[in-house]
Amino acid sequence: MQQSIDFHHRVGSALHDPQIRSNFRQAMDGLMYKRQHSFPDADELLRLRLRSAEIRINALSRLPELLEQLETRCSENGIQVHWAETTEQANAIVLDIMNRHDAGMLIKGKSMVSEEMELNHYLEQHGVTCLESDLGEFIVQLAGEPPSHIVAPAIHKSRQQIARLFSEKFPEIPYSDDVDTLTRSAREILRRKFHAAPVGLSGVNFAVAETGTLCLVENEGNGRMCTTIPPVHIAVTGIEKVVEKLSDIPPLLSILPRSATGQHITTYFNMISSPRKPDERDGPQEVHLVLLDNGRSRIYQDEQLIATLRCIRCGACMNHCPVYARIGGHAYGSTIPGPIGSILEPQKAGLEQFGDLPTASTLCGACGAVCPVQIPIPNLLNRLRYERVRQDHTGATPGQGSQRNPWEARIWSSWRWMHANPWLYRLGTRVATGLRWLIPQRLGAWTRVRSAPRIAKKSLHTLARQKGFTHE
Amino acid sequence: MSLRTNYPGKPERVYFFGTCLIDLLYPEAGLAGMQLIQREGVQVIFPQNQTCCGQPAWNSGYRNEARSVALTQMQCFQQEFPIVVPSGSCAGMLREHYPEMFSGTPQHSAALAFSSRVYELTEFLTQVLRVKLEDLGKPVKVALHVSCSARREMGVSGAHQALLQQLKNVELLEPERKEECCGFGGTFAVKHAEISAAMVEEKANALLATGAETLVSGDCGCLMNITGNLNHRKRDLPGCHIATFLWERTNAAEH
Amino acid sequence: MSNARSNILGRLHSGKKELFPTTEPTRIPLAHWDRQGRIDQFRRKMESVRAEVHVTPRTEWVNLLKRLVAEKQVANLLYAPDGPLGEALSQAWEAGASPLIARDGPLEQWKEELFFSVGGAITSTRWAIAETGTLVLWPTPAEPRSLSLVPPLHFAVLAEKDIYNTFAELVEKEQWQRGMPTNALLISGPSKTADIEQTLAYGVHGPVELIVIIIDDTGSAETAPIRSR
Repeated sequence: MQQSIDFHHRVGSALHDPQIRSNFRQAMDGLMYKRQHSFPDADELLRLRLRSAEIRINALSRLPELLEQLETRCSENGIQVHWAETTEQANAIVLDIMNRHDAGMLIKGKSMVSEEMELNHYLEQHGVTCLESDLGEFIVQLAGEPPSHIVAPAIHKSRQQIARLFSEKFPEIPYSDDVDTLTRSAREILRRKFHAAPVGLSGVNFAVAETGTLCLVENEGNGRMCTTIPPVHIAVTGIEKVVEKLSDIPPLLSILPRSATGQHITTYFNMISSPRKPDERDGPQEVHLVLLDNGRSRIYQDEQLIATLRCIRCGACMNHCPVYARIGGHAYGSTIPGPIGSILEPQKAGLEQFGDLPTASTLCGACGAVCPVQIPIPNLLNRLRYERVRQDHTGATPGQGSQRNPWEARIWSSWRWMHANPWLYRLGTRVATGLRWLIPQRLGAWTRVRSAPRIAKKSLHTLARQKGFTHE
Repeated sequence: MSLRTNYPGKPERVYFFGTCLIDLLYPEAGLAGMQLIQREGVQVIFPQNQTCCGQPAWNSGYRNEARSVALTQMQCFQQEFPIVVPSGSCAGMLREHYPEMFSGTPQHSAALAFSSRVYELTEFLTQVLRVKLEDLGKPVKVALHVSCSARREMGVSGAHQALLQQLKNVELLEPERKEECCGFGGTFAVKHAEISAAMVEEKANALLATGAETLVSGDCGCLMNITGNLNHRKRDLPGCHIATFLWERTNAAEH
Repeated sequence: MSNARSNILGRLHSGKKELFPTTEPTRIPLAHWDRQGRIDQFRRKMESVRAEVHVTPRTEWVNLLKRLVAEKQVANLLYAPDGPLGEALSQAWEAGASPLIARDGPLEQWKEELFFSVGGAITSTRWAIAETGTLVLWPTPAEPRSLSLVPPLHFAVLAEKDIYNTFAELVEKEQWQRGMPTNALLISGPSKTADIEQTLAYGVHGPVELIVIIIDDTGSAETAPIRSR
C-alpha cells in the first residue's frame, strides 16, 4: 500500500501548488483549443480517426511478420537491428555501442522509450554523459526532473522558473525571462554539443516495414541534428511502433500533430532509411535500431488490452483529461502520465506499483473521444480496475489481484446481496427513508467539500406504487 | 460505442428504470420523468423488483457482483417494451456495458437484446415521443450541466438542450468548460477525494459565474456532487433534475 | 541478443490474433487545387509559420536570390557546386564579390565552418506539398542534408511543377515504396519550439529563417518579374 500513500501524497502536493495548477490549466486549455480548431470538419476527423485506427490495428494483427520484415529491410539498408526483451538489455546494447566507439557523451533527441529505459541514469552510472537536446527535455534535465508531459516535457514550469534555472546553471548568461532570449541561449549551448557529440540517440514515431524506414516527427531540428551530425545514430523504439506500408504514413502524419498541438504538420518529418552511403558527404556512418519489448508482447496476448499498443503518443488524452489538468504529470509517478499512462504503465510495470492509476479517473470519456487511433481508454481503465482486484489468477497483467482489500471486497459482497434481492432492497430503502433523520451530516471525504445528501421521505418505488404506475 | 440514429414510433407501453440514486435521493425526478411520458399517452410500467444497474461495482472492478445485480435487472424488464432511464450514466451502463459484462456467458444475447431497448429519458422524449412543451413558468435563467455519460457515451446533450429551448421563458446559459467533468465519478469522489474536490469546486464556480438562478442536469450523480458543494459553501444556486424542471414548468396543476 | 529476438517473436506469434476485419479501408477525401491554387495554398501555409515565399520566372531567380542575400546581409552562403543549382550559382556573382562557399568533401572537413561561421545555405527541393506548406528534400551525394539544417538561414529553390496537392498523392504518384533515399525530409517552416509556456519561438536548433524561391516556368510570372509578398 506504500505506492498508494505515495501517489496520494504527490497528488496532494500538486493540488496545493498554485503554480502547478495554473501552469497546467492554462497549457491544457490552450492545447484543447488548438486541437479543436485544427479539425474544423467533423466528418474528416472521424474518417481520419477510423483510418488511423485501421492502420494501427492492421499493424498489430501482423506484428511479428512486420517486425521480421522491418528487420530484413533495415539490414539490407545497412541499419543494424538489436532486440531487447527488457530495459536492462536495451541499456546494455546502447552502452556496448558507446564503448565500441569509445564514446563518453551521448546527445539525445526526444525519446519516451529512453525515459522508460531510464537510459540517462544507467549510462551516467557507467561513466557516459547524456545530454537532452529537445528544449523541454533540456530544461527538465537541468532541473533534475522527469518530463511531466510526453509532448511538452517542461509544461509545468513557468518562464521565470526556467530563467532562474538557466542563470543558476549557466552563470555566464545574463538573467532573462524572455522566451526568445532563453531559446537563443539554449541554441548556443547545444550547438557546441551537436558539433562535438560522437553518438546521437533518437526515438522513432513510426517504423515502416515495407521499406525499413524510421520516421521522426519534430519541430525543433534537434532530432535531425542527433540523427545527422554525430558519426553514430542509435534509434530506440518499442516493438509496437511498426506500420506495414509507406502509404500508411500520410494519414498518421496528418492526425498526429493536429491531435498533439493543433499544428497541421510539424516543422520536420525525418525519414531515415540507411546510414551514410559511400558516396554521401554527411549523415552517420552507423545507424542502430534497438527494438524494445519490456512487457509489450505480454500486453499483446490479451484481446482487449492489446488496444493499448495502438497508441501513437500524441498526448491528446492527457491534454483533455480533467484529472491530469489538475495534478500534472509528475503526480502519476510513471514514465507516461495521464490516461494512456494509467492503462499502459500498470500493464508494463505491474499493478503492485501502479495499481492506483486506473482508479484516478472519473471515466468521463474525454480521453477516448479525442484519441486519434480510437483506443477505448475508459473501457481499458475499467478492465484494469477489474485486474487489480480479480482473484482467479488467469489474466496476463502482472500484480493481478494485488489491490484487493478484504474490507472493500466485503462491502461489495454486501452490496450485491442487497441489490440482487429486490425484497431486501425494498426493505432497506424503507428503513433508510424511515430513519432518514439518523443519517449523519458528516460522511468522511464526501462532506469535506459538500453537504451530505438528503434521503427522501418516500422512495420512488413507494411513489410509483402510490401513483398507480403498475409493475407489470 | 454506437450512437443510435434510427428511432421507432411511439409505443403503447414503456418500462421505467428509476436508478438507485433517484430512488432514495431524488424520487420526484423519477416521478416527473414518468409523468412526462404518461402525458403523451404512453403507459409507464415501473417494475418493483428493480434495484441498481450495477455500475458502482462494475466501475470498481467487482465484476461478479455487478453481473449478479445486472441479472436481477434484466429479469424484471422481460417484455419487448422500451426501457427509459432518467440518467445518462445509468442508461450508458445498461446500453453500452451490459453486452461487455455478459460477453462469453450464456446471457450474452439476452444482454444485447436488453441493451437495444434502452433509452435515456431526454432522448426518448425528443426522438421517440417528439414532445411539444408549453412553458407555463416565469422567466428564469438556467445553467445546464450535461453529464459526461449523457454527452459522450449516449450523445444526448442535444436532446437536453432541445427540450429546454422549447421553454419560451427559459434563458439557457452556458458555463465555461461545459464539456468538463464535474468530478463525481462514483467511488472516485471518495477514493480520490482531493482531486474530486478540486474538480467540483471549479465546476461549481463556472456554473455560478453564468449568473443562472437554477442549475439543471440530467444526472443525479452530478447534481448531488455540484449542489452538495454549492450548499456546503452556502452559495445560492439550487439545482434540479431536468425531468423535475420540465414537469414543473409545463404541468398546469403546478401553476 | 538473438535469444531476445526469438523470445519476443515467439510470444508475438503465439499470441497472434485476427484483429482486422476484412473491410475496405476508410476513404479519406484528399484536398486538391488548380495550379495557382496550389501555389497560393503552399504560400499561405508557409507564411503562417513565418517562412518567406517568392515566386519568380526561371530567368530571374538568381537575381532575386542576389537581392535577398544583400537585403538580409548574409555574410556567406554555402552551396553544393556539383548540385543541381551549382552551375547557375557559380556564374551569378562576379569573382571577388561572391559570398558563395562551395564545399564538396565529407562533412568532417567542413563541420567546424558549417556550425560556427556559415551565414546561410541554399538547396534545391525535390517536391513540395501544397496542403501543409511543405518542402520535400531527398538529399543527394552532391547536396548533403546538413545544408538545410545547420546554418541559420535556409534558401530553398522549388519548381512550381513539383508542388503536389497532398503528401498522400506525392507518395503514391512518385511510388516512394520502390526505394527510399538515405534520408527523406519534409520541411514546413523554420525550426521552432513552444516548450517554454507554450510560447512560439523560432530558430531553436535548425534554421531561424526559411526562404522559398518558387520558379514558375509557365510564363504567367513573367509580367511581374518578382512577386514577393
